[in-house]
Amino acid sequence: MTSGLRAENLRLAYEKRIVIDGVDLTIPSGKVTVIVGANACGKSTLLRGMSRLLTPDEGAVYLDGQSIHRMRTRDLARQLGILPQSPVAPEGMTVRELVGRGRSPHQTWWRQWSPDDGDAVGQALASTSMTDLADRPVDELSGGQRQRAWIAMALAQDTPFLLLDEPTTYLDLAHQIDVLDLIADLNLAAARTVVMVLHDLNQASRYADHVVAMKSGRVVAEGDPADVVTAELVHDVFGLRCEVITDPLSGTPLVVPFGRHKCPPTVPADSETTTHLPEKQRADR
Amino acid sequence: MAVLTYRIGARGPSGEIRPRVLAVCVALAVVAFAAFCVELTVGDYPIDVVDAARALFWYGDPTAVEIVYDLRLPRALVGLFAGLAFGMAGALFQTMARNPLASPEIIGVTEGANTAAVAGIVLGFGGTLSASSLALFGGLVSAVAVYLLAWRQGTTGYRIVLVGIGVAALFTSTTNYLLQRADLFQAQRAVVWLTGSLNLREWRHVAPVAVAVLVLVPLALLMSRWLSALTLGDDTARGLGVPVQKARLGLMLSGVGLVAFATAAAGPVAFVSLVAPQIALRLARRPTPPLLTSALTGAVIVLVGDLMARPFGLPVGIVTGAVGAPYLLWLLARANRVGA
Repeated sequence: MTSGLRAENLRLAYEKRIVIDGVDLTIPSGKVTVIVGANACGKSTLLRGMSRLLTPDEGAVYLDGQSIHRMRTRDLARQLGILPQSPVAPEGMTVRELVGRGRSPHQTWWRQWSPDDGDAVGQALASTSMTDLADRPVDELSGGQRQRAWIAMALAQDTPFLLLDEPTTYLDLAHQIDVLDLIADLNLAAARTVVMVLHDLNQASRYADHVVAMKSGRVVAEGDPADVVTAELVHDVFGLRCEVITDPLSGTPLVVPFGRHKCPPTVPADSETTTHLPEKQRADR
Repeated sequence: MAVLTYRIGARGPSGEIRPRVLAVCVALAVVAFAAFCVELTVGDYPIDVVDAARALFWYGDPTAVEIVYDLRLPRALVGLFAGLAFGMAGALFQTMARNPLASPEIIGVTEGANTAAVAGIVLGFGGTLSASSLALFGGLVSAVAVYLLAWRQGTTGYRIVLVGIGVAALFTSTTNYLLQRADLFQAQRAVVWLTGSLNLREWRHVAPVAVAVLVLVPLALLMSRWLSALTLGDDTARGLGVPVQKARLGLMLSGVGLVAFATAAAGPVAFVSLVAPQIALRLARRPTPPLLTSALTGAVIVLVGDLMARPFGLPVGIVTGAVGAPYLLWLLARANRVGA
């Protein structure tokens, strides 16, 4: 298979500390893929590696069969957009100007701004409902609005692949759902391939077509959320005992964690059963 | 916000023009030109503005022509080019480091130039090499040192600032040591150099800084697209297709070259690099310092500063310092209040 985004035997390290080792991962095209895992499991690192923010020590990432590390920076930026975790805009920069920066991979020294750029910015503002706020400085917006502005920038970049690192960080629950709905819309509207890192398993289960669970720099399970998000997997990946029930609204898995308070005593792991979930699907490596 | 877009032909060049930035640039250019002309009239031999302008085109009193060409034009040109260079370099450093305090004085380039120049004056090996050439050499060496020491699988603006502060401190103490062991005459010369002055500038001071400005300013303007992506952070810039390390190296080299040549010509005129970009961005009402506006602001500050200092027989660096320091304090107080 040559189309789409694919990591092969990927090893990523900061200085000498290896964070990701031997990861093979194929991102389903046109779908929403969500990477989950405990803190420091390497999920953000994997996303950075797949968007060339990190150079691999070994292995490679392929986009439509071509190694992204050999592509021209700008050609890659026309194919793949990346929204880093909690980015910061210069004080006083307006939303419209920020979104306009998303057009830079489509511009040259010669042609700095064209009507196409104006159209793309207008559309990005409209589909994120930011048109009315376009002339406000980004730093004066609320957290949710600010994140929409950044998503609009990534959208103006107009790439078939969109990677987002924890797009809901620092947002309240209502704005988290708002941002996730927006991302789902963007996926559906243009069959854009979306890959994001999320902390919340329930949100991952609800919004992902494909879940990738990571532990200690390796992929331990991937597949449909209903197959992947099980009590055993949550225990394995997060070290947390839980029950997994069906989300009454979406029908997707809903993780209900055990704690030391206000819960019945936890049962031993072997007798822990969940009723409605099929066998855990292990990533074969 | 008013932004005009232009497009020449279907496949021709296109871009954006911000009327306010353009108006500010034109106003600054007018002020700089006026100050430049007034510079030509100041001195022992009385020449008014009209005669000075005529003398530029070899018209009028031959003595006036000679005085304008031999004495006053070099001074005014050094002021103009050094001001442009300091202002533009300040804007490059501040934008790249995303920090308004990242001026060449603070990140080591100026300190390296100072140490080399003072060493030349005090230790006496400036015989064949002038203080200017030594300053140029010192500034470039210090910039290379900062860049290499900040390198760790690539650099970040933040690391460059921190390493630069360390390197600057090292050079400052070396300069102070040299001043301690200097005799009175040497120390006086060194202190005049360290203040930054346009006194006794000749054509040999003008040529290098003029070439540096004419080459590096257009180069930096070409790279300004990269610069504006870098203001969103390294990761975002890379995601937008900017070759971040290459861009930062190119921008830093232009900034360092401008500062080193300007310092070689005029000495380290205090605070211009720090203040000019901050004034420029407030005048132009832009989130980051616009390059050309900053350069023109720098030229205005140096030329007007020199005009203010001359009646008192003071070097220009004292005036820019006296005006720049309170501005720096205000900036710091404001940054504390915002919590940045």
